[in-house]
Amino acid sequence: MAKNHVTTTINGEPVEFLCETQQTLLDVLRDELQLTGSKEGCASGDCGACSVMVDDRLVCSCLVMGVEAEGSSIETIEGMADGENLHPLQQKFLENAALQCGICTPGFLIAAKSLLEKNPDPTETEVRYWLAGNLCRCTGYDKIIRSVLEVAAEAKGA
Amino acid sequence: MSGNANGYKWIGTRTIRPDGVDKVTGRAAFGADFALPGMLVGKILRSPHAHARILSIDSSKAEALPGVKAIVTSADFPEIPPSEAIKGSSPPNYRHLSQNLMAREKVLYDGHAVAAVAATSAAVASEALSLISVEYEVLPHVTDVLEAMKPDAPVLHDDLFTGGVEPKPDKPSNVAKRVEFAIGDIDAGFADADVVVERDYSTEGIHQGYIETHAVVANMGEDGQATIWCSSQGHFMVRQYTAGLLNMNIGDIKVTPAEIGGGFGGKTTVYLEPVALLLSRKSGHAIKMVMTRDEVFRATGPTSGSAMTIKIGAKKDGKITAAEADLKFFAGAFPGAPVHLGCMCGFTPYDIENVKAVGFDVVTNRPKAISYRAPGAPIAAFAIESAIDELAGKLNIEPLALREMNAAREGTRTAYGPTLGVVGFEETLEAAKTHPHFSEPLGPDQGRGIASGYWFNVGGESSASVSVNEDGSVTVTSGAPDIGGSRASLCIMAAEVFGIDIGEVRAVIGDTNATAFNRHTGGSRVTFALGMVVVNAAEDCIVQLRTAAAKIWDIDVEAVVWEEGEARPAGDNAGKFEPLSLGDLAAKTPMTGGPISSEKSSNVQGPGPAFGTHICDVEVDRETGHVKILRYTAIQDAGRAIHPGYVEGQMQGGVAQGIGWALNEEYIYGDDGRLQNPGFLDYRIPVASDLPMIDTVIVEVPNPTHPYGVRGVGEIPIIPPMAAVANAIEDAVGMRLTDLPMSPPKVLEALENGG
Repeated sequence: MAKNHVTTTINGEPVEFLCETQQTLLDVLRDELQLTGSKEGCASGDCGACSVMVDDRLVCSCLVMGVEAEGSSIETIEGMADGENLHPLQQKFLENAALQCGICTPGFLIAAKSLLEKNPDPTETEVRYWLAGNLCRCTGYDKIIRSVLEVAAEAKGA
Repeated sequence: MSGNANGYKWIGTRTIRPDGVDKVTGRAAFGADFALPGMLVGKILRSPHAHARILSIDSSKAEALPGVKAIVTSADFPEIPPSEAIKGSSPPNYRHLSQNLMAREKVLYDGHAVAAVAATSAAVASEALSLISVEYEVLPHVTDVLEAMKPDAPVLHDDLFTGGVEPKPDKPSNVAKRVEFAIGDIDAGFADADVVVERDYSTEGIHQGYIETHAVVANMGEDGQATIWCSSQGHFMVRQYTAGLLNMNIGDIKVTPAEIGGGFGGKTTVYLEPVALLLSRKSGHAIKMVMTRDEVFRATGPTSGSAMTIKIGAKKDGKITAAEADLKFFAGAFPGAPVHLGCMCGFTPYDIENVKAVGFDVVTNRPKAISYRAPGAPIAAFAIESAIDELAGKLNIEPLALREMNAAREGTRTAYGPTLGVVGFEETLEAAKTHPHFSEPLGPDQGRGIASGYWFNVGGESSASVSVNEDGSVTVTSGAPDIGGSRASLCIMAAEVFGIDIGEVRAVIGDTNATAFNRHTGGSRVTFALGMVVVNAAEDCIVQLRTAAAKIWDIDVEAVVWEEGEARPAGDNAGKFEPLSLGDLAAKTPMTGGPISSEKSSNVQGPGPAFGTHICDVEVDRETGHVKILRYTAIQDAGRAIHPGYVEGQMQGGVAQGIGWALNEEYIYGDDGRLQNPGFLDYRIPVASDLPMIDTVIVEVPNPTHPYGVRGVGEIPIIPPMAAVANAIEDAVGMRLTDLPMSPPKVLEALENGG
């Protein structure tokens, strides 16, 4: 079967790709575009390791088909830092040892960024429920939650 | 940063990990992130049956499918006879490993690999799997440990005879082994007791639950030299096991470690690597294989479930006189449950004169159990620490006080042999008692539980090199994968020895050709054991640097000291020459005898055993049976925290896993022997909204064998939580729950039966 031609914007750059109909957006990002920062932990939308933004909406890219990305704007972990300047969440995760193995980290960062864009001053409970779709098996979430709250507090103070 | 309260420059500081930026920007390459030109996709066909004889495998239709390049079954792998099952002095059992890799005469669990294909795309490989026809004769199966021990149980292996019993049984059974650890006179100890508690406990099989599934790229060169890229807890382990399974020379295989996305003991064996290499040999292409989450649950991990009986007796004043454990652990399809470790660790927190712990390693129609964080110890501790709590209640002694009265200390003899050296158990109890959490008031249906845990920790074979680069920066190359920040701790120790800025040190994990042999990352060993090797190598470099400076100044090497990152003339020569920094000396190596570097290998001994004590508050919802964790404090003797942030992280992560084990996680098998919850939706690990912040207290009672006092920290924190939660539930609603997980239906049932 012929491949589908899709036109998108990824991390601010125009991107065209060809994909098979059954390929998910995650498959396309990883296998066709070599953007391997989004991870596959379950392929069923249960772990959040593949979290990306599609038209400002937080989604599991394993639950979006590649062809559905036509005309949309996608943000992935690869676009989070501004050149060599890390996003405050990235910097805080490093300072607070909020990652151990690091496989879930891109998904958490994307999800946390989307939270702070919607709700710049969340409570601990709001952070915990927003990030409840992202699984981490290493950290017990403590340092991740603290990092998000600290970034929010610092932005407020700035 | 210069100096901190402990007198060190870098030890105990919260530096940024050297591999950190790559991990927050998505650049770090994990197992599934590697690719080679022209590689094929490999997939595995798995058994839908718990126990069946394979009558035939017909792959002709799959072979005819365009895009299919190779198919392998067990017939393509060398058969390993019993006489060659053990190579060298230690596990694995290669015969079992081979049978687990690819089923031979029988499939032994739902998910057991039967065949593998390599094809030009994932879609073609999946279609090919559906075209392979396997004819099975379904056999009766058994997934429960007590059922598997019955005389009329279906027998998994005709050649398995119970070890550790006299006389040797004349019939095969599912009991692979009996172990016993005992000291004193158990009967006299119970006769001496005023109060005795005795109760049965059980735990279910649970999975390590790493978020990264198993992944590999393997390429067999035309000259027979193989290269493997994969994530594992030990690339030397992958090399050794793959060579053993395929009858290859170890030197013909190079394994490059990818970043590893969690292991927790579950990535200490091979599932894919030899299969991928065989598919590569047969197809002439590199092969990539990535497991699905369904495959991870059905065919990897898990840890054992158990049936246990614990009996403890004490005098009225609280002195424990006797303790007995009967532990039955299921191993899955092949022997190897960590029941001996449960027997060793369970009673070790206490100084008890009369102890008997008996364990049984039992095979069942489940995936073969593999290590999970302090293997065996959390299972035994759930039962034993629950029994200690019950005993405290019967004696009317506060549970922490009962632990203090009986606490193991330096000189305490353990039931498994060694006498404890310098340990910090009493210090953890003291820290618990004085923590504000311990005396915070509780509300209705709320309760507080205490539990402790012991793990011996591991050293082992370790190799690393330290090189001073031409500009004076330092590279530390070691061969044990970094699964939780160990590169940061190795950098800190090297920077401390050299007395240089942490930014001047880089730690890398070398492939199997870059360093000598390393035991895999496990047993909480890396910061301790690799740390010792790195410190020794760095100290050797400093001798070389002093020698170089002595040559430049034309004085004796004894007259040169190394201080604050530079060589200084000392004694009579003090002040006569300008100090030479690491950079100065590095630039002059062509004139002073050549590059400064040191490679050290050692079988590191003397890991500091360690203890932890946890405090857990819960609230029980009487309407739904839901148990909410309100507050949690974990206290642990780390010996010395090299990087406190990652020590706390190990503690918090271990607690979270333990809470999952306590409340939610379980393998659920149907009557047909098929796993019913092989996904993260139905096998529910704790999410952020399930947990509170997890408070940590790091106690530091230095390990005398380590230059900075390090004890292993990774495993202790998963040992106490299940009992801490159970004891808290008992405190809240007056019911002792004895079967894990303590999920809402079980709690509700217990409440309805008169809690």
